Amino acid sequence: MAAASPPAAADTDAPPVRARGLVKRYKEVLAVDHIDLNVRGGDVYGFLGPNGAGKTTTLRMALGLIVPTEGTVELFGRDPLRHGARALQGVAGFVEAPRFYPYMPGRRNLELLAALDGDDAAAERIDEVLEIVELAPRAKHKVGGYSHGMRQRLGIAAALLRRPRLLILDEPATGLDPAGMRDMRALIRRLADEGITVLLSSHQLPEVQELCDRVAIVDKGRVVYEGALADLRRQGGAGYRLRSSDDARALEIARAQAGVERILRDEHGVGFQADEEHVGALSLALGAAGVGILSLTPELATLEDLFFRLTESNGAAAEPPGDGSRGADLSRATNELAHVLPHGGGGSR
Amino acid sequence: MNATAAAPIAPASSARVARRPSTLVAYRWELRKLIAQKRTYLGLGLGVLLPVIFVIVQNVHTRHGGGDSIFAAQITQSGLATPVLMLLFESVFFLPLIASLVAGDIVAAEDGNGTLKTILTRSVDRGQVFAAKALAALTYAAIAVYLASLVATVGGIASWGFHSIKTFSGSTVSASEGLLLVIAADACYLIPLFAVACIAVLLSTATRNSIAGVGGAIGIVILLYIVAGIPGLEGIKPYLLTEQFENWHGLLRTPTDWAPVTHSLWVCALYAVPSLIAGYLVFLRRDVAGG
Repeated sequence: MAAASPPAAADTDAPPVRARGLVKRYKEVLAVDHIDLNVRGGDVYGFLGPNGAGKTTTLRMALGLIVPTEGTVELFGRDPLRHGARALQGVAGFVEAPRFYPYMPGRRNLELLAALDGDDAAAERIDEVLEIVELAPRAKHKVGGYSHGMRQRLGIAAALLRRPRLLILDEPATGLDPAGMRDMRALIRRLADEGITVLLSSHQLPEVQELCDRVAIVDKGRVVYEGALADLRRQGGAGYRLRSSDDARALEIARAQAGVERILRDEHGVGFQADEEHVGALSLALGAAGVGILSLTPELATLEDLFFRLTESNGAAAEPPGDGSRGADLSRATNELAHVLPHGGGGSR
Repeated sequence: MNATAAAPIAPASSARVARRPSTLVAYRWELRKLIAQKRTYLGLGLGVLLPVIFVIVQNVHTRHGGGDSIFAAQITQSGLATPVLMLLFESVFFLPLIASLVAGDIVAAEDGNGTLKTILTRSVDRGQVFAAKALAALTYAAIAVYLASLVATVGGIASWGFHSIKTFSGSTVSASEGLLLVIAADACYLIPLFAVACIAVLLSTATRNSIAGVGGAIGIVILLYIVAGIPGLEGIKPYLLTEQFENWHGLLRTPTDWAPVTHSLWVCALYAVPSLIAGYLVFLRRDVAGG
């Protein structure tokens, strides 16, 4: 597969997205509050947060559509405010729903965008990208007659025309049927495999968990976590699930055991949180009590668990940043994560 | 979604760096967008309809001379009187309205539809997009004027022939010279009309609202007519935009009086240039948060 190659004018060492102290204020409303982002080359980077958290505003600032009140954002080392359209070289995507001219056919819309890209090769790729998003049969129909999902796919086609090195997608699966969502995930995975960096804003947490290797979680305009998804899940607490010959007895023993917390029993056995030392002690206690261990499996918290834990802790997130606010955020986030339930997709919330 | 299509999507190692497209490319696409929209034809249709109705009415109620204007008196003597009469009539309100219909909508409509973000995330700079839109609005205004004039000329000649015509001064010019004067008069009229369009583009950009863009520009025209009618304000009358709508009258005199044209050039520039600069600056720094 062809490797991504930076345009000549780009800073080859610069990260695809680097935001520092990004602030957007609308009169009294602080939509984005000192956000830092670090999207590295090759990342499939999840950008998560509840509605109104400031995700879309941040993405609009990244694409140069709105002017930050404070701070900077650079794409491959170039600031859209200072470099204009040149900063978007190698960058494609859309924020919120992709919009097109409803009175023109889908193909005509892509021709327009290819022309505005100044790239003759892009015009030659129109048929190809229409095939990829499976809109070729409807390409001559006016966009006004397209369904939401079709417009979403046309948005992907418009982004792919640019052969981007960085793809920014804001809720790309919105409006797609289950098969369309599956295909979208496959496409994003394929793009990532080809070396395209993907910045994916999504409410589909299983989708993010499946696709992304790094995430930023924003809440009330601030980043409450940024880093590897695996680290986040590890910080979420080492959870375990125990299946035994006598779950009721095992529950009693676990409750009596020091260092074993958040114990829950359900139809799948007994779930709890503990470090390895205390798990060992619990195993011995179970054996001594004559309770057979059928299975004892570690479970990582789901992204959904972590997301809700981080974003539903309202008070702390609303505080203004102090000195080293980012460190304070991460520290707080880590503390919050210590209380995350360890269930792995069991829907225990 | 065909995620397994064979061709790679990522940029190949030999991928060329896309060049920035010229403003001309953006301008051409602005025109194509106008061509693709039904409302574009609404204004042009009105511009065509009026001379058609005029010619039909004049044919039904054939008059041999009369009227206040020297051209009204010649209506049945030369087909070239028709476009001049139509320009006299349409220049006051009708053509400014048609020009504003597109100019007042050209930025605001994209804002409302959310397509501004689509084009501003490609390889064209904001300044290019604004320039292309302003140029397209002016082009539309010019097309509206010449289309209306063409229909009036063809209708007039078909009804009453291609004959010599008397000018405002009473001297007679040949039919071919008269035709050239009609074309030149239309060109002169475009000067104040372009100023109206520039104001509409500014309002469209600043208000992000098509109704405010169109209505605001027409409101300004009406306001200037009112100001012109206020006793005691005669001193500022030569500097009102609406007064420049008659700048072409000097062409239809013998000898040709160029003074109104040159006067209107700089007066209209006082309206148009600040409007364009303000619109450009607003467009450059605005937040595109819609859509």
